[in-house]
Amino acid sequence: MTTLSIPSPRDIIGPAERGETENMVLNMGPHHPSTHGVLRLVVELDGETVVDVAPDIGFLHTGIEKTMESKTYQKALVMTDRMDYLAPLSNNLSYVLAVEKLLECEIPVRAQTARVLLTELTRIGSHLVWLGTHALDLAAMSVFLYAFREREQILDIFELVSGARMMTSYFRVGGLAYDLPADFIPTVKQFIDTFEPRVDEYEDLLTNNPLWLERTVDVGKISTADAIAFGLTGPALRATGIAYDLRKMTPYTGYETYDFDVPIGQNGDIYDRYLVRIAEMRQSLGIVRQAYDRLIEMGPGPYQTADRKVAPPPKSEITHSMESLIHHFKLWTEGFKPPRGDAYICIESPRGMMGTYVVSDGGPRPYRVHFRAPSFVNLQALPHMARGRFMADLVALIASLDPVLGEVDR
Amino acid sequence: MIGDLVKGLATTVRYMFRKPITVQYPDVKRPVRERFKGRHELKRFENGMERCIGCSLCSAACPADAILVVPAENDPATPNSPGERYAATYEINMLRCIFCGYCEDACPTNAIVLEHQYELSFYDRRTSIYTKDMLLVPEDQGHGEIPPVLEQVHRRPSPPAQMDL
Repeated sequence: MTTLSIPSPRDIIGPAERGETENMVLNMGPHHPSTHGVLRLVVELDGETVVDVAPDIGFLHTGIEKTMESKTYQKALVMTDRMDYLAPLSNNLSYVLAVEKLLECEIPVRAQTARVLLTELTRIGSHLVWLGTHALDLAAMSVFLYAFREREQILDIFELVSGARMMTSYFRVGGLAYDLPADFIPTVKQFIDTFEPRVDEYEDLLTNNPLWLERTVDVGKISTADAIAFGLTGPALRATGIAYDLRKMTPYTGYETYDFDVPIGQNGDIYDRYLVRIAEMRQSLGIVRQAYDRLIEMGPGPYQTADRKVAPPPKSEITHSMESLIHHFKLWTEGFKPPRGDAYICIESPRGMMGTYVVSDGGPRPYRVHFRAPSFVNLQALPHMARGRFMADLVALIASLDPVLGEVDR
Repeated sequence: MIGDLVKGLATTVRYMFRKPITVQYPDVKRPVRERFKGRHELKRFENGMERCIGCSLCSAACPADAILVVPAENDPATPNSPGERYAATYEINMLRCIFCGYCEDACPTNAIVLEHQYELSFYDRRTSIYTKDMLLVPEDQGHGEIPPVLEQVHRRPSPPAQMDL
């Protein structure tokens, strides 16, 4: 006797009718305004809740490290601007410090002070872009407009000193590209005088705003232990309560002589990262003030190392000095040759620990350059923070980690 | 809670009655700073001779390999430049150029200078290659107009940015 198999109702109707749901896989990016660059996120969603996130990177990979191997040390410098394009001078600084360590060359105090001043302006400028876009992602539009207004002042200072607003290449191996211009001091003064109340304005708009608190407090929390395990650095780590700042831990460019505090948070959530970065802008402004005072105090002076084997001679000299002319031609065609060896320097970029590792084989071109990019390392903590949160929180989380995809992919 | 919202709103309302700081490009153009690196120009000496001596140092210094220089010997009867040689061909590929200014830093005669023109656009790749005719300034212009930054001294102050901050 054969039995007629009658399908059960459970087999006929789909999971949705049964009240069960399937997880949906959603692609976010690479062309999405909230991913802050060409970042693709493969998000597994259970309704509105994020089950898992897989960041897919590499869309902006341009082989910067490899390209640098085929350029002389001085020419490879222009590549570093293009990694973290929101903080070009921090990248410049990290690279030139590593090469200068290889060369063991002395940098004049004036150049070091200018480097500190300009990198701190870079930090403020980078944090302003973060603040503006972060607020914009969470639907606070006016902050974006105000933040970019102040950033314009900073970019104007960069244009004043280097001739380029973003791809500055102003720090060269051996010092600065050119001396600081005469109207540098009044322009920086104008910025110093106007910036502090502007930060208060951003805080008026956001810090106690209930809508802002609702979206940020206790969202994307990460514990100190996890943050260290993931290798987080920069404001994201400091928001968990550790005062880990390379400017204090391993001072470079004379940071040990500046008076500033390292702001830390407590909870490691988005709101604390916001508070840490806002406080950092105020601290950076303090450093800018100190460096500004020192520049006025020390007056004009050399801005490049006196070592003619590293820094080209002034243009005015090459018309009447044969030796200068030879140095000029040698440096621009062949470049300098650091001794065999390697050097690693890490600095505190706006995003965290920006490390540069340079290997020299004794030739005029680096044998290998590697960057420890803070955005790349910070981004891997994103899935950990996003799991179990809403989709909308994911947008806030990306912004709070502040990745720059040029640096992630390099 | 409401107070904090109003505080934020007051900030935006305050700005509604202020003059906007944005400028209406292209009707209004913000002046660029003295050191701004824009389109290249090949300069001349006061006597009308080309400054470029065809040494190809700009080409060697270029990180983007954007410059092509083909030097040639000067005809002693009608020299193009004061030296023995001049640039027979001088081309800059503006699609490759990254405007870093290494060429003007490297130039021993201050022949190539990145000037302030920044509105560069092309319809095809061929027109993106700027030839010597396009780069060389007319004979009655560009004498001694070398930006002070190249001489490492300052002659003119920068114009202030057109911003009411």
